Amino acid sequence: MTLNSLSDKPVGVIGAGNFGSVIANILAINRRVILFARDEAVVKSIATTRLHLGYIMNENIEPTHDLAYLASQCDVIFPMVPSAHFREMMKKLSPYLHPYHILIHGTKGFDITLPEGQSIESVTTLTREQVKTMSEVIQEESVVVRVGCLAGPNLAKELAQRQPGATVVASHFNEVKQVGKKLLRNDRFQVYENNDIVGVEIAGVLKNIIAIASGALSGLGYGENAKGLLISRGAVEMVYLGRALGGDLKAFLGVAGIGDLVTTCNSPMSRNFTVGYRLAKGEKLDVILSDMKEVAEGINTVRIAKKCADHYKVRALITDRLYKVLFEGMTVEVALEFLMRYPLNVDIDFI
Amino acid sequence: MEILEEKKNKNKPYKPILDGIPDWPVYQLSKNRKEFLDEVTRKSIDRILELRPTRKQLIDELEATVYREQNRIKRNRWRVDPKDDSRFWSTTKNDLVEASARINDASDKTHEEILKRIVDRYANEIAGNFKPNSYRLTRELLKIWFSRLLNGSRVKKFGAFFRHQYTLRDKIQIVGKVKQLRKLAKKGTVVMVPTHFSNLDSILIGWVIHSLGLPAFIYGAGLNLFNIKIFAYFMNSLGAYKVDRRKKNLPYLETLKMYSNLAIQKGGHSLFFPGGTRSRSGLIEKQLKLGLLSTAIEAQRNLYVENPDAEEVRKIFIVPVSLNYNFVLEAPDLIEDYLHAKGQDKYFPEQDKYGSVQLLKFLFKFFTKGSNISVSIGPALDVIGNYVDEEGHSVDNHGRLIHTKDYFISSGQISKDKQREDEYTRMLSQKIVNEYHRINRVFASHLAAFIAFEMWQRKFPKLDLFGLLRLPEEDLEIDYNEFRETFKRVRKRIYELHDQEKVYFATHLKGKVDSVLKLGIENVGIFHLKRPLLFNKKGNIITKDLTVLYYYHNRLVGYDLEQLI
Repeated sequence: MTLNSLSDKPVGVIGAGNFGSVIANILAINRRVILFARDEAVVKSIATTRLHLGYIMNENIEPTHDLAYLASQCDVIFPMVPSAHFREMMKKLSPYLHPYHILIHGTKGFDITLPEGQSIESVTTLTREQVKTMSEVIQEESVVVRVGCLAGPNLAKELAQRQPGATVVASHFNEVKQVGKKLLRNDRFQVYENNDIVGVEIAGVLKNIIAIASGALSGLGYGENAKGLLISRGAVEMVYLGRALGGDLKAFLGVAGIGDLVTTCNSPMSRNFTVGYRLAKGEKLDVILSDMKEVAEGINTVRIAKKCADHYKVRALITDRLYKVLFEGMTVEVALEFLMRYPLNVDIDFI
Repeated sequence: MEILEEKKNKNKPYKPILDGIPDWPVYQLSKNRKEFLDEVTRKSIDRILELRPTRKQLIDELEATVYREQNRIKRNRWRVDPKDDSRFWSTTKNDLVEASARINDASDKTHEEILKRIVDRYANEIAGNFKPNSYRLTRELLKIWFSRLLNGSRVKKFGAFFRHQYTLRDKIQIVGKVKQLRKLAKKGTVVMVPTHFSNLDSILIGWVIHSLGLPAFIYGAGLNLFNIKIFAYFMNSLGAYKVDRRKKNLPYLETLKMYSNLAIQKGGHSLFFPGGTRSRSGLIEKQLKLGLLSTAIEAQRNLYVENPDAEEVRKIFIVPVSLNYNFVLEAPDLIEDYLHAKGQDKYFPEQDKYGSVQLLKFLFKFFTKGSNISVSIGPALDVIGNYVDEEGHSVDNHGRLIHTKDYFISSGQISKDKQREDEYTRMLSQKIVNEYHRINRVFASHLAAFIAFEMWQRKFPKLDLFGLLRLPEEDLEIDYNEFRETFKRVRKRIYELHDQEKVYFATHLKGKVDSVLKLGIENVGIFHLKRPLLFNKKGNIITKDLTVLYYYHNRLVGYDLEQLI
């Protein structure tokens, strides 16, 4: 494989949010990076001040507002855009992409396509036809086939402080995994490989549900026993749901599954956790959402996962209760009480 | 009374796209047969040594090969096997044993020599032998014989035997992307990949290729077919190469793949059945064999590697084809095999119970009774599975042009990456499977079989498949009106699916519901001794063979029609 010339060409990052900016900085340690930001003001301010969201941006990073330019300069591109805007971004990027491009995304959310006139509120169930992972969106919208994804315990703030961390690069293509590894790996950042890209993506998405629940437990003032219970049962639920959606068990036991789950459930700084925490404190969802700067992917995920679980007839108790809390006005206490009384005592029955 | 005939093929027989046989790629290959086989042997050996780089690995591989071959000779011998088969392998075994004494002698080349001997033998076994004269003769024979038979049986007048009123073209409809196929066969190399339900497919598709005016294709045909003399005659003269599914050893598989790879690279239009074997269950293939399919991708990559500066090299086009029958001669045996394997995953040796006589009988019935065959030619794909336009350019979902070459480029250079190409093969196979379902042509008989079986299944919700199939046939009866209503409902859904471009249907399906339904029921497995569907005296629907009905029913599985029953 010819990886040697990789360093000549810059690497692209699309999306200058929290995660995108941090990944751009990691990538920029050894090579040029072109960072796309939607907002022209952001492009200007990065170029002039080298400061963005509180991070110092590496000198190797060239901010841009021009997707065509980015695609023409870079063979390897990391899209780091929230799932709600992902397809739209791909539509804009697609005309400039060729089959030789490699795309490795880091977005932990689902994309849904509904028949006209329908909305996520109005449909009762969702099938895999309508719910897509980001790698599937990339393939639907562009000619790129060499697709990968990043997932794992990657809290942007900790990565920025160069604390030890790890990620999984998942792809069907060895080439993509090698490229991802080569570009991202450093003495503080370990990179693992996985073949099951869809499994890894789903694990990364579903863990956001459990993160909200974890925040809620915390908000109620409960301690570590409760959290241990939630994480282990949450993991089981993820496996069930994940399998129904086409993931393999292994992905859920790895860095992108358990690893990411434990991290997000213990991190008060994560957005999903915060949503749960404030819900438990009695705040209303719209109030919480109105003063959050970035999207908490978990909220939409709960909605989608619940409707998928209904369609594929998967028992997903935590997701189901959370759905009721978020969208049907159930209180966190009532939801918890239901879960604690539920007569199901088998610990693990999927291996 | 309404006539449920297919629309006649308006167009006259297609003109050949290349004038003389000497221009045909298949002829060019057979003319230089010896050189070609030498190249196959040489390159296969290189590949095998690449895959088994150490001496130890090579020895293990050779020993495994000899062991398996001797086992095959002992357990599963065929008429076509060469006379010296057992002598060759026992000599080879002895040589291997002898050579093991010199295992530490690095200069000893015995193992390489043995490998060469084996690969050489395989290459010669596989190779087809296209002979223009015998091809021409066979073609003429087939034509004359078929049309005599047809006219003799259909036009009931004295002297009709010598008329040309009906031709095979009325009996076998070819629909779909014929024009594109003819055009692309001139521009590039076509790899045709049909569905596989019956042994007759091999002959049928040979006739189709000829009647479309295409030059003879290089053909991968199961060696088992050559056991039947009449087939062996046709296949040999049509230029078929032989695929022996009993041989699963590495040297054989690599030689076979190299044969196909080089033939495609040299511009020989090729054909193989990517399902690998006839569909046992009657389901449209869902899983394809990736080995031969990967040779198309490899050949395309090699063409790019060898012409790095060329703007565009000779392109390879994959053309899925779906063969649609009312009746599959071997259905009862196929489905039995399938159920046997499903019940307990056991190996069963392949046997063909049908000799030349049975086949001729069938052909006679086929031409004298009303049972049509249709062949749908799918849209051409590039080796990655993108559609191509009339000019052969690959096009993406949004109508933008794609350079196929870019799929093989890494960091600006064309590169060989086995794992990547394996992945491409998987993608291509998925695409072909989707196309099979899309170009599948629904007959009234398919619909009738599907509905009847599903209705019975619905009536016994507690029984699993095996339980259902064990029910005595006398207990099964469907009320005509009930059947009719369901038939209407499902047919409507087929129309909808057609509008969404998810399936085709035969024009006869559009008639009045009672007559279409009747046509369907009368044609399901029309020539079987025990008919899968019949009307009883009350006019209700009964079966004489539920298992075979299950087989025909499977044809329409995969369209989510079950929920309409």
